[in-house]
Amino acid sequence: MTAHAEPERELDLETETMTVREAIRQGLREELERDEDVYLMGEDVGRFGGVLEVTGGLWEEFGDERVRDTPISEAGFMGAATGAAATGTRPVVELMFSDFAGVAMEQIMNQMAKMRYMFGGKAEMPVTVRTTEGGGMGAASQHSGTIHSWIAHFPGLKAVAPGTAASAKGLTKAAIRSNDPVFVFENKMIYEQEGEVPVDDEFTVPIGEAAVEREGEDVTVVATQRLVGESLQTAESLAGDVSVEVIDARSLYPLDVETIAESVRKTGRLIVADESPLSYGTHAEIVARVQEEAFFSLDAPIQRIGTPDTHIPFSPPLEQEVLPSGDDVREAIERVA
Amino acid sequence: MAEYDLETETGRREALRRMLTIRAFDEEAGDRFADGEIPGFVHLYIGEEAVGVGTCAALDPDDYIASTHRGHGHCISKGLDPKYMMAELYGKAEGYCNGKGGSMHIADVDAGMLGANGIVGAGPPLATGAALSIDYDDRDQVAVGFLGDGAVAQGQTHEAINLAATWDLPAIFVVENNQYGEGTPVENQHNVDNLSDTAQAYDIPGLTVDGMDVTAVAEAVAEARSRARAGEGPAIVEAKTYRYRGHYEGDEEPYRDDEEIERWKDRDPIDSFKERLIERGELTADEFDEMRADAEETIEEAVEYAQNADQPQPADAYEDMFAETPPEIERFAEAARTRADGGRDRQGGEQP
Ligand SMILES: Cc1ncc(C[n+]2csc(CCOP(=O)(O)OP(=O)(O)O)c2C)c(N)n1
Repeated sequence: MTAHAEPERELDLETETMTVREAIRQGLREELERDEDVYLMGEDVGRFGGVLEVTGGLWEEFGDERVRDTPISEAGFMGAATGAAATGTRPVVELMFSDFAGVAMEQIMNQMAKMRYMFGGKAEMPVTVRTTEGGGMGAASQHSGTIHSWIAHFPGLKAVAPGTAASAKGLTKAAIRSNDPVFVFENKMIYEQEGEVPVDDEFTVPIGEAAVEREGEDVTVVATQRLVGESLQTAESLAGDVSVEVIDARSLYPLDVETIAESVRKTGRLIVADESPLSYGTHAEIVARVQEEAFFSLDAPIQRIGTPDTHIPFSPPLEQEVLPSGDDVREAIERVA
Repeated sequence: MAEYDLETETGRREALRRMLTIRAFDEEAGDRFADGEIPGFVHLYIGEEAVGVGTCAALDPDDYIASTHRGHGHCISKGLDPKYMMAELYGKAEGYCNGKGGSMHIADVDAGMLGANGIVGAGPPLATGAALSIDYDDRDQVAVGFLGDGAVAQGQTHEAINLAATWDLPAIFVVENNQYGEGTPVENQHNVDNLSDTAQAYDIPGLTVDGMDVTAVAEAVAEARSRARAGEGPAIVEAKTYRYRGHYEGDEEPYRDDEEIERWKDRDPIDSFKERLIERGELTADEFDEMRADAEETIEEAVEYAQNADQPQPADAYEDMFAETPPEIERFAEAARTRADGGRDRQGGEQP
């Protein structure tokens, strides 16, 4: 296996404006170029370019060997990626919709997550799973779920969920370079969202670091994925009345508690905005960790914004009813600020 | 080059020696389990030795195997050291998995052994994945996925074989048809007489062989291996065999009778191979007894090694989760190390 250490050099800070989709694709392209052990696989990732068009053009550039269409068999190819990772190559799997993880869950939870540990460290597991999450497309319950809490909860797996184009590229690249199994949860509603993205091919976002996307004094909003952008807009619209700090959690496991707690020590107020179901999940984890670290800094009850423990319905008015939004963040800010 | 080639006299003697080692290992493991020395579940391979040994006789040392919950025989066939295997059964730090795996998870990826597995049907996708790495890197290897007759009914088994077939990967699926999945006979689990018939659905070769005959197994796997190496894709080899012991140690076996077991024992894979070697003038009865005594001694030494091996330290529980340990885990590891160094009083001196 080739060495995957990052070369020591100053990063070129030049950026370009691009969408989240383009940023991820650029990250994939750069890693395919950088490391021959890396290849992509999944349903329709090749000639078709991915159902949400993330891998478009890569098959033409890299060919069948490195951009592989799989049969429709999530358990089979998730297991194959696991076996391949353990034997010296670095697969990047696209799981078309995160809802399909259930079909492949055996290989994810009992093999991919456990092999290194069960084998006493005698297996490497450099596998990346990219998958899409979230409602908003009228795709109904089996294509709109947000399951990152399951994966982040499960020992042996790392989970990241970018909220900006730059972090989407940087986290994708970091996941591919990692020798651990990393799930990259892409919210499908932000593929068209634009942002400034470093074009240096050594740019990565370390797994386990949150980003303060906007500084503020009165309230901390820790958001993920689509709710990062919506929280930033909300914060902007409240400027002058309330000073809102917005943090993109970026990495769910490991979680950057320090950056979040530091912010809460300053603002005394916390809102957690994440699209997953509210009970027993990502919100609960962030809240618990913050109260372990910064309980005495809290001046108001912590607020949670998420999906109210429902599946995502098909009909647009129903879907809008359950999906959390910037308006929910605004109401939460008004309650506590 | 095969590690032990059944075409050669030394290879045949080595195969016999490995079958005897498996049997001695599993008999001893059964006894030690009954004595309460070994925790967890133990599934023994006794009666099926010709399948593991025959398969690995047709493999090169750097080929991969992915095993099942009944994995001791596969480990020994692949050349793993019974000492570290036994230490793993005992949960000791010197075991293959530092005591984190036990009987159902013995692994040594560097030796080409991708793990025994507690999940029925989980090995074939891993073998397909190893074959994918081999194919991707153009290496001269193959990957074998062992599976039981029960595992043939699992969905992921089908997906793994189909994927390997579609991509012409150098994989071989060895079905150990030992006639039962736990207590359910094979005829109640499948409609086909030969489980290799399923190969037709993937348009790959399917062969059923006598799993009590080590040579027959080796020949079938060798053929599958050359085909796989030629880029022609996977094959299924079904070996009809029989497990003498219960599904797990302690199984009361209400589902079968002694007469059936005796019928299979008449065709014991070790006895029949021994007789063939004696007929060919390659072995004497005395040499065989000596070989068996040697195997038993090796296993006695393994047990002694395991009994005297060190217990893992509590902080070891936090090792090996990730290549890069997150702070979420590191804080527990640190606390355990602190307790081990100085905290004896606080812990009431309980450290092993
Ligand atoms: C997914 C799964 N289902 C059920 C079990 C429980 N179980 C363990 S072994 C076994 C029977 C397996 O039969 P077979 O594949 O024929 O292997 P054999 O035990 O005969 O070697 C079962 C049902 C399991 N470990 N994993």
